[in-house]
Amino acid sequence: MIRFEPRSNPGPFLVYGVPVLAAIIAILLAAIPLALAGAPIIKAYGLMISGAFGSVFSTSEMLTRATPLILTGLAAAIAFRAKLWNIGAEGQLYMGAMAAVAIGSGVIDGPSWIMIPIVIIAGMVAGALMLIGPTLLKTRLGVDEVVTTLLLNFIVLLFVQMMLEGALKDPMSMGWPQSEPIIDSAVFPALLERMRVHIGLIIALVSAIALAIFVKRTVWGFEIRAVGENAAAAKFSGISVTKTMILVAALSGGLAGLAGVAEVAGTRGYLATDLSPGYGYAGIVVAMLARLSPIGVIASALFVASVFVGADSMSRAIGVSSYLADLIVAMALLCVLIGGFLTRFKVHFDRKSAHG
Amino acid sequence: MSSAAHTPSETSQDLLLSLAGVTKRFGPLVANDAIDLTVHKGEILALLGENGAGKTTLMNILFGHYVADEGTVTVASRTGNLEQLEPGAPQAALDAGIGMVHQHFTLAENLTGLDNIVLGTEPIFRLRRDRSTARAKLGELMAGSGLNVDLDQPVHKLTVGEKQRVEILKALYRDARLLVLDEPTAVLTPQEADSLFAILRKLAENGLAVIIIAHKLAEVLAVSHRIAVLRGGVKVGEMKTSEADHKSIAELMVGREVPASRRTPRAPGKPVISLADVTIDRGDSRRSLHGVNISAREGEILGIAGVSGNGQAALAQLIAGLDKPDSGTVEIFGETVTKFDAHKFAQNGIARIPEDRHHDGMVGSMTVAENIAIEDVRSKEYQKLGFLDFDAVHKRAEHAIADYDVRCPGPDAPARLLSGGNIQKLILARVLEKSPKLILANQPSRGLDVGAQSEVHRRLLEARQSGSAVILISEDLDELLTISDQIAVIHAGHITPAMPTDSIDRSELGLMMAGQKTAPHAAHTTKTTNPGETA
Repeated sequence: MIRFEPRSNPGPFLVYGVPVLAAIIAILLAAIPLALAGAPIIKAYGLMISGAFGSVFSTSEMLTRATPLILTGLAAAIAFRAKLWNIGAEGQLYMGAMAAVAIGSGVIDGPSWIMIPIVIIAGMVAGALMLIGPTLLKTRLGVDEVVTTLLLNFIVLLFVQMMLEGALKDPMSMGWPQSEPIIDSAVFPALLERMRVHIGLIIALVSAIALAIFVKRTVWGFEIRAVGENAAAAKFSGISVTKTMILVAALSGGLAGLAGVAEVAGTRGYLATDLSPGYGYAGIVVAMLARLSPIGVIASALFVASVFVGADSMSRAIGVSSYLADLIVAMALLCVLIGGFLTRFKVHFDRKSAHG
Repeated sequence: MSSAAHTPSETSQDLLLSLAGVTKRFGPLVANDAIDLTVHKGEILALLGENGAGKTTLMNILFGHYVADEGTVTVASRTGNLEQLEPGAPQAALDAGIGMVHQHFTLAENLTGLDNIVLGTEPIFRLRRDRSTARAKLGELMAGSGLNVDLDQPVHKLTVGEKQRVEILKALYRDARLLVLDEPTAVLTPQEADSLFAILRKLAENGLAVIIIAHKLAEVLAVSHRIAVLRGGVKVGEMKTSEADHKSIAELMVGREVPASRRTPRAPGKPVISLADVTIDRGDSRRSLHGVNISAREGEILGIAGVSGNGQAALAQLIAGLDKPDSGTVEIFGETVTKFDAHKFAQNGIARIPEDRHHDGMVGSMTVAENIAIEDVRSKEYQKLGFLDFDAVHKRAEHAIADYDVRCPGPDAPARLLSGGNIQKLILARVLEKSPKLILANQPSRGLDVGAQSEVHRRLLEARQSGSAVILISEDLDELLTISDQIAVIHAGHITPAMPTDSIDRSELGLMMAGQKTAPHAAHTTKTTNPGETA
């Protein structure tokens, strides 16, 4: 018989070591589908590593991929901390991107140090508003935000499609549904010459550190933690749960919107409906792998991005489906969830006693 | 309440349960240290102890939820042979005839009493539902014990006392020979408790063995034959009830002398809070108040007596600033309150002690220090430009831990590691440190052991002495009669006028709590109809 006993205070190895161990186990488990596909396993791992870290170019690609993942990961982490189940980062990302394009493709112009902050703010506000609506419905009427934010993703995507066929359509696009490009002064400068990695990465890293400090050190962060951990006690002590939730919604939606701005102004240059390969959803995985810690989000976003970029490159080289990357990330999540359980509970295996 | 009438036999043939040298460790903590315990047929054993004394662990071992590290559990089989109970197997405990009535009932509210009782004893796949045998068996049980209850009513229509009877019947229907009751009187009126005791004594006469886990000493003395006291995981004493007295048991439980709480005479001052014709209608009598008029004065403890679920929650929410009245006015410090806001209330000298200290009183994963400062983080003392001043928070926590004797690993330990009594001390430290003018204490000592209880009473009396008005909502009559200056009774959302404690008769109070009697002068002083008159 198996019994579980709660641990009162898991040690640092359990808290930090388990997610790392889970990630390693997930990568090792990927050997099974690789073997089933008949691929040379050792070579496949080598290709994955070189695909993600083998050259300046591949590392730059990996970091470019990690940038939006850090931001959507932070969006999910802060929302989940407050038990606001925001599944709508994908939609908020697209709204942010659309706001950035609407304002940054020639309506106004100015020097970069004005234009870049303006598109960032526009995108963050648009993302924030996308989440404040469902949050108000939740706090006022008790509408389940999982449903509203999830469904809004599809509405937003269709809305973006409509705008790209209409008001935002680039007349020079030769019929492709895509927006006019972001003007040069609003484009995020690259960090390395001829590489795609851009200052969005720096913005994402700074956001993660700032969010960590915010949650840990400020009065607002205190209130977010209190509401997230025990809303009843927070309310009893005089903290306004509604106001706190709206603040969290603004932060979470804003960060997801910022991810959209970074993609459109840093990586792509224009808006199209294939801007995000599901960064909003992947952000949830990133946040869960990081156990909702903002600093942890950096590490887990880098992990997820390396797996994706590495598996992509490996699959091209030896002809294995790149879905393997999804498989590894999914297994890492499962391993972390199991690991999380094991950090909270001690497992005992008892043999049934013979007498009795 | 007279002591038990018959004396159970204690010959070895009648031995039903025997625990020998039971030891259970959780890491460095020894929850049970070589405990020996025996129960005989027809005997009522009271198991006493403070929180954390190891009562629950011991019962969990008995029921197979935990496996003891050392020691054995032996039960007499139905044929009379002593057999060791398989450790870690709840089914074995059930088969051996051990039944448990939990403090929080495990009944399906939408099913009838009969459904609940037979649930799990019938095969799932059956062609017809024949309950005549079950009915006949239960009829016999009820007739033999006085456990009368309408079995065809859905459980949610039953009173708490009736639900408890269903629970006991459920255990007896499964042929329990040993019944364990965990804090059985916590939710009962004094009258209901008396009738429960009568039933238990009847059952014992018929040969049932009973273990009562309890902390109300008066009740234990009234109903049990033998008392076993646990402290810190060790059995520190065992005695016949006829040879025990209140004071000695209390000292045995706590391990030191327990100071008796006593009010010193004090003239009350100006009214601090007055409710006039306050009505809150939430459609549900548990959360509604009807035309309530009460007032508490400086240096006075106003007790609100009542069985839980009669509107106490509505009253507490209102005074805590979490709800507002539908009609009527609330005056605090002579001003009519227009904005009901928990933050404002807490900042303006109202100390609020929540009913459910785990659920409403603390954030378990936050630190002790953070939990102490939680009401005040927005005030200038604890923040600079939106950043928390951790030094100030820490300093306050260190003072609070020292002044209120909060036993914890330190200010940075997560609050969930604290025991119930220490959580209550933490909450007292949080709210009383600010010398409040009004204290709302909602069930402040419920579930606490004797030592922690007397500490809570001492703090409330101290606050009263220094001029605070205290509204004490409680179900514990001993508590109310000991420390309140005045007592009002709440029933079905109506509150009687306050009566001076010294003029109150205990059994009358019980009747008023059950809604069967109006306050002596209620008819003359209020125009609200009293709920009792409907009965």
